[in-house]
Amino acid sequence: MSLIEVSELRRTFTVRRRVDGARRKQRTEVEAVRDLTFAIDAGEMVGYIGPNGAGKSTTVKMLTGILVPTSGRISVAGVDPSRHRTALARRIGVVFGQRTSLWWDLPLHDSFDLLHKIYRTDPARHRTNLAEFVELLDLGDLLDTPVRQLSLGQRMRGDIVAALLHDPEILYLDEPTIGLDVVSKGRLREFLRALNRDRGTTLMLTTHDLQDIEALCDRVIVIDHGTQVYDGTLAGLHEQGGSRRTVVVDLVDEAPPIEVAGAVTRRVEGPRQWLSFPADASAAPIVAALATSYDVADLSIQEPDIEEVIRQLYSRPPSEPSGRPSG
Amino acid sequence: MADAVVDYCRIASLWVRASMAYPASFWMMAVGSFLMTGLDFVAIWVLLRNVDDLGGFSLTEIGFLYGATGLGIAFADLCVGRVERLGQMIRTGRLDTMMTKPVPLLVQVCADEFAPRRFARVLQSSLVFVWAATYVDWTLPRALVAVEMVVSGSVIFFSLFVGLACVQFWTADSTEVANAFTYGGNQVTQFPMSVFPQEIVKALTFVLPIAFVNWYPALFILGRDDPFGLPEWLQLASPVAAALFLGAAALAWRVGVRHYRSTGS
Repeated sequence: MSLIEVSELRRTFTVRRRVDGARRKQRTEVEAVRDLTFAIDAGEMVGYIGPNGAGKSTTVKMLTGILVPTSGRISVAGVDPSRHRTALARRIGVVFGQRTSLWWDLPLHDSFDLLHKIYRTDPARHRTNLAEFVELLDLGDLLDTPVRQLSLGQRMRGDIVAALLHDPEILYLDEPTIGLDVVSKGRLREFLRALNRDRGTTLMLTTHDLQDIEALCDRVIVIDHGTQVYDGTLAGLHEQGGSRRTVVVDLVDEAPPIEVAGAVTRRVEGPRQWLSFPADASAAPIVAALATSYDVADLSIQEPDIEEVIRQLYSRPPSEPSGRPSG
Repeated sequence: MADAVVDYCRIASLWVRASMAYPASFWMMAVGSFLMTGLDFVAIWVLLRNVDDLGGFSLTEIGFLYGATGLGIAFADLCVGRVERLGQMIRTGRLDTMMTKPVPLLVQVCADEFAPRRFARVLQSSLVFVWAATYVDWTLPRALVAVEMVVSGSVIFFSLFVGLACVQFWTADSTEVANAFTYGGNQVTQFPMSVFPQEIVKALTFVLPIAFVNWYPALFILGRDDPFGLPEWLQLASPVAAALFLGAAALAWRVGVRHYRSTGS
């Protein structure tokens, strides 16, 4: 049995909205999540991605027991989350990127101390964990600072420590890198990789940022309009979605469209040109070829964005159902 | 259950420490709260200076009723804290984060931002209650009923606070409606029921039984006959009323949590 098992999960919300000038609001059912089925094994790092409003957060809230499913079955660590929410809480950690689970007016240190007491973690274990996480996430100088005075990145690190002090088996991260700068993002990803490697913590992260996935996850589940549209490797997603990266080249002078092996010129605007190439191909040979054949003033590479990949995934004729081999 | 109480105290003590970080602010709030709640008893006192009695009850008897309902709501208010701000906790997503912690949700909601200044209200009501109690002809049964009255009154107000807050699982904000019942209920019971028409007293006995907060047990303790001639066993029925209130509140909370829809993200 897998650590997380979800089958035919569905959640609807009733919303009241006014339809075209009608005086009374009408009740309509919106399906936030429908027919979701997947299983995650202990020790996996899974990226759960999809555009805004796809149902990512709704799924995570059902997995943590915050929301009760409309129908379907969930088992996390052998229990039904919404029925055994408080018991399950000891075994999972949750980080919501946009809100804090720390106590706003209290110093970071007090929050950690209270968590230690309410989770009833072993004092020695708590001390070791706290020392290790504070060191790794570089929070030593901030322990006496009230949470409201922390920057977004500092607060996020504090929240991650808070979610991990009780040695959870599963860590859910909802948009953990949203609003962080490049350096903070990099450090956080490094920390999460080490966590999974050294402690075997199972990670499930929802994100907008494909680079989070690239750095961390072997497996991606894509959800759109509440349904699962892909479950497999990131490379497979790029392949299936036919996603492409773009090289933006600034030439010294205006020139006719560039011709270079492995890339296609999509757009020319004065001295600036846009070349696209398959996302799973290396950019190095293309950049090398450009540098030898053209007078390049500057160039940058744009990653495909998640919305684009999913759009591509959808616009293709449905082939065989995507998914990783079962078993 | 014992764990829940311990956790409540731990969370509460953290907030006590936090509020003591600003002692001036704490004392101003505490004194303000003491004076504000004290003011309505001053109003009753002024009233009774000009008339001999109110609904057949003397100033000390009314003081007893006032102190009893005041203690009930003060203890309840001390415990439930900001449960009336449940809607706000839902909107900010704070409730979501509480739901991922291994402490019963209601304990966390009630202990959140625990304010020691709420003791001021307990103190004010205690003073009036103790003063009025010195005029009572005490016997053992009367003393037992007095203890039962304060406990039941606290449970009834606690249940009202919690049960009415549950409405916010469905509607965004209903604090004003809830206040009408909680603080309104407190004010109604500050007076002897004999000043109200019989229909209202019956409604407060059998429909929304807040007359059990102080009126019925006080009739027993003060040795008074029921002005409306209602059965005498009602004077000992406060614990039953409290249990009913508590059961209804627990049910509302449970249904509310399962109905919870969280917010967008």
